[in-house]
Amino acid sequence: MLIRLLWRLLAAVPVVIGVTLIAFLILHLTPGDPVEAILGARATDEARAALAAELGLDRPLPVQYLAWLGRALTGDFGTSIMTRTGVLETIGARLPYTLWLTGSAFAIGLALGIPLGLYAATRQNRPGDHLAMGAAMALYSTADFWLALMLTIVFAIWLRWLPVSGARGWEHLVLPALALGLPQVGAVARLMRAETIAALREDYVLTARAKGLAPGAVLRGHVLRNALVPVVTWAFLALPWLIGGAVVIEQVFAWPGMGQLMYQAILRKDFPVIQALLLFIALLTVLSNILGDLAAAAIDPRIREGLA
Amino acid sequence: MTAAPPLPDAGPAPPSAAALFWRRFRRHRPALFGAAAILLLVAVALAAPLIAPQGFDAQDLSQMRRPPSAEHWFGTDRYGRDLFARVVSGSRIALFVAAVVVAIELALGVTLGLLAGWFGGWTDRAISALVDLVWAFPPLVLALGIVAALGPGLTNAVLAIAVTSWAPFARITRAKVLSLRGRDYVETGIAIGEGHGAILLRYLLPGVLGANLVMSTLTVPAAILKTSALSFLGLGAQPPSPDWGAILNEGREAMRDAWWIAAFPGLALILTEMAFNFLGDGLRDALDPREGG
Repeated sequence: MLIRLLWRLLAAVPVVIGVTLIAFLILHLTPGDPVEAILGARATDEARAALAAELGLDRPLPVQYLAWLGRALTGDFGTSIMTRTGVLETIGARLPYTLWLTGSAFAIGLALGIPLGLYAATRQNRPGDHLAMGAAMALYSTADFWLALMLTIVFAIWLRWLPVSGARGWEHLVLPALALGLPQVGAVARLMRAETIAALREDYVLTARAKGLAPGAVLRGHVLRNALVPVVTWAFLALPWLIGGAVVIEQVFAWPGMGQLMYQAILRKDFPVIQALLLFIALLTVLSNILGDLAAAAIDPRIREGLA
Repeated sequence: MTAAPPLPDAGPAPPSAAALFWRRFRRHRPALFGAAAILLLVAVALAAPLIAPQGFDAQDLSQMRRPPSAEHWFGTDRYGRDLFARVVSGSRIALFVAAVVVAIELALGVTLGLLAGWFGGWTDRAISALVDLVWAFPPLVLALGIVAALGPGLTNAVLAIAVTSWAPFARITRAKVLSLRGRDYVETGIAIGEGHGAILLRYLLPGVLGANLVMSTLTVPAAILKTSALSFLGLGAQPPSPDWGAILNEGREAMRDAWWIAAFPGLALILTEMAFNFLGDGLRDALDPREGG
């Protein structure tokens, strides 16, 4: 099993490198560069040349990319062009905020989505099912940035229960986490319903019923476990996507996470920060896929044997 | 002239695939609701000049930031523009975005998927690697980078969204071609000496259209949502465009004293998303009888 995991990590290396290469090409082959962003349009040619040389931007593109890759492999990601601080420290300072935000959003998505999907599945094609799935579809179809505005208007501006933006305490986390998490409730509920219905049709459920197990016990012992496997795998697969999706929400709430950093870095062509962030998110993607498999194996012994 | 040997009696003809599809789709009530809502949206978009004759940019400085009323159903913004008229006009942009993004996704995804599935070998490996790469970026991040590079604007935003979201089309087309390759009619085509172009266009393309149609419906909500997000961030449609995301951006600035500016374009956005999601669900279930329920 360990060998399999290592193999998957290795297989991800070309994808991770490719992601940084594409980002590099987009940033360098398009107009506008960090030198202009820093010095403004009226700087002298000498000053531009000097800064370009300092940042290493005067060298040929392949040399620049390989130099970056070589340093990155040794853990040196350079300094941010925006803030002139180390890229690793910059990202490190943002990471906890993003983990808090996406973690809470997932907790909301799973905590509400799983019961909602289960409820709908056990009342398949009856009014309760239609109502629950209508609600799930509405949540699933809601733009998180619109939800962010509505939550802010109601809970921060009208009721004054929670702050509009910032990140000084748990009360600052509530609204962004809800804005990011509620649409996930819809996604989780839809998946959970489909998987539960599929599990209810399986032979082992029939067997369990035939031997006289109470419906509740069948649901808990046999159906839930099997239906949860794809949901958990999905959650881990979606984790890095949610970090990318947090770009807009973090911007709305001035939440100092990686999404906001990514947004600022892209607008200012802060090449070292963008490259490092993409590398980081790609690694996180690989890692969460593997964690998803491990979690699925922990729930389902059949998968455990298959992985061994 | 000798008569052809009589065909063995096959009994009543089984219903065609299209008839089966229609029968299943017709029973999917949410999908019918979705289809009806989309038709309504198209009607509103076409009739926008009749529904809101004053247009999306007519200012009335005596009516600034008025709450919803009988006169202004959705209220007015800081230039006294009628929000109902703006939201109605915005439906044209949403549908334009959906059509253009899907057209580009289909053109890129189906072409690359056909080539990868048919030629295999290095062509397949190169295209599949590209698909994996595009897939590896978090959504919006690659599009953000492209828009930042090209400059803000609706056209650039639409392009950025389209060129970063064709990967699922390529994957599904490739998979479909792999399953069609061995079919008799394709083998016959090869046997009678059809060229690669003819095989791809006349034999394989029709076979991959159904799956791509469903995929199109399923990606429309994402296309509209991501373009709105770019406009919301100020990188897509620019003022005075009535793009829903752009109005939401204005609504964000006026959140404290004019909730309606942020509320109504978002509701229009949600209803549109729901309509396409319901329709996509229904099409998928009708094409894939394993699901349903």
